[in-house]
Amino acid sequence: MRFMMLMIPKGYETAAPGTMPDADGVAAMMKYNEELQKAGVLLALDGLHPPSMGARVSFSRGKPKVTDGPFAEAKEVLGGFWMIDVKSKAEAIEWASRCPAGDNEVIEIRQVQEFSDFPPDVQEAAAGFPEMQVQAARRQGS
Amino acid sequence: MTSPEVHGAIDAVWRIESARLIAGLTRLMGDVGLAEDLAQDALVAALQQWPESGVPRNPGAWLMAVAKHRAFDQLRRYKMLERKHWELSHELEAVQEAAVPVLDTALDDHIGDDLLRLVFTTCHPVLSTEARVALTLRLLGGLTTEEIARAFLVPVPTIAQRIVRAKRTLAEARVPFEVPRGPELALRLASVLEVIYLVFNEGYAATAGQDWVRPALCEDALRLGRILAELAPEEPEVHGLVALMEIQASRLRARVGPGGEPVLLLDQNRARWDQLLIRRGLAALERAESLGGALGPYALQAGIAACHARARTAAETDWPRIVARYDALAQLAPSPVVELNRAVAIAMAFGPAAGLELVDALASERALAGYHLLPSVRGDLLRKLGRLDEARTEFERAAALTRNAPERTLLLERAAACR
Repeated sequence: MRFMMLMIPKGYETAAPGTMPDADGVAAMMKYNEELQKAGVLLALDGLHPPSMGARVSFSRGKPKVTDGPFAEAKEVLGGFWMIDVKSKAEAIEWASRCPAGDNEVIEIRQVQEFSDFPPDVQEAAAGFPEMQVQAARRQGS
Repeated sequence: MTSPEVHGAIDAVWRIESARLIAGLTRLMGDVGLAEDLAQDALVAALQQWPESGVPRNPGAWLMAVAKHRAFDQLRRYKMLERKHWELSHELEAVQEAAVPVLDTALDDHIGDDLLRLVFTTCHPVLSTEARVALTLRLLGGLTTEEIARAFLVPVPTIAQRIVRAKRTLAEARVPFEVPRGPELALRLASVLEVIYLVFNEGYAATAGQDWVRPALCEDALRLGRILAELAPEEPEVHGLVALMEIQASRLRARVGPGGEPVLLLDQNRARWDQLLIRRGLAALERAESLGGALGPYALQAGIAACHARARTAAETDWPRIVARYDALAQLAPSPVVELNRAVAIAMAFGPAAGLELVDALASERALAGYHLLPSVRGDLLRKLGRLDEARTEFERAAALTRNAPERTLLLERAAACR
């Protein structure tokens, strides 16, 4: 099962462009990332630049609207993420608990949707017609 | 935490810590069986105490301290202290004196080495392949006996016995707890990789039962492979195996159709291939290649898988490149199965007649006598050559040989389509 561990650092929502984490924090985090890697559970990880360098696209009846960061109404924003491959939500929680995070940080754990989670009609829509056509043609012995 | 939550947390801690715990204890006790018993004792203590006290800050250290405490009691009882290394008694005395579990950061330096030693021990050639698989999944994978039994469709008592006997064999053969050196290393490493790939294959193309794939087994094997890649980063074949598994696993979602039926590689919807795993696989392959030297069999097979992974559609597959890799593989690790796969690639690159010539030469191979893929491939080539009656016979023969239900259904459908 795959899980995202989403890092939510309080205060990042107003961080200035180019804000970087401090060296000590980074060192501790690198050691943690190494543990994930050595345990064979780490799939991917990355840090994100603050919202002040980003943008949001919202929609109104199909019409997109672009707003540059920072976003006044955002109380929590992402600072980074890990994607891990573990046996259970409990294992994801245990790993998140071991993160050397500060008092102002929260890690949200979210399970990644697998194709088999979807109900049959959604699976069909996601699978796409081309595959069905290939299957049908093969059954006709062409 | 509620009781089920604590138990979930303890299961998670066990999955994360048990291999290292057992590895460290094996170094102390010199015996894998004793080590596992002590680790289990520590787990029991955790099950008793953590619901009350909560999961400790450093659960691995807590478990190790409890286990070492028990070890000391046992050793004292059996008066073995004088036969053990001074370091052992020194450590244990310190534990006995400490009022709280010692945060054993010094032990961390040993952990990687011990884990590697454990890997080589559970995969020792003195054990049968089945025993190696069961013991590895148990001690390194942290799987329960029930989980292993379910994975291989074997009764639970059979697996339990297999594990008990394996530990006894290791003890009786006085297998040393060490990482092999020099020329022995390559051979012993091959036996480790074989075990991991065996587990992966059982999940990737189940040999029996109702499921065509068992993704959980692939995950277990991938995890073990990735751990090994961190423990032995200078070994190219380890990265080769990881690359092969990552890329094959990338296709798991595309391998099974909506009705649970198998979908062949060339028919798969490539939009369903997991690009994250493909990227990881290609990175691992690059790691193997950058370590220099001739490519080993796993790296070569990974190279073949990479050729498929890079092709956006089946038609864009670089078949000549795949043929070249099979040629190299056939030189390095010749086997009838490799020859068969090579024949398929040659058929794709140079036409079905060329492939059929090679497949016909394999007809008398005793090693392939019960192998359903031989008639299956032959059937496919005959069908492409328009020899439909012969093709149908081959597909029916293949269907009779496979023990996997969905695969049998697919083969019978292919037979029926030959009209």
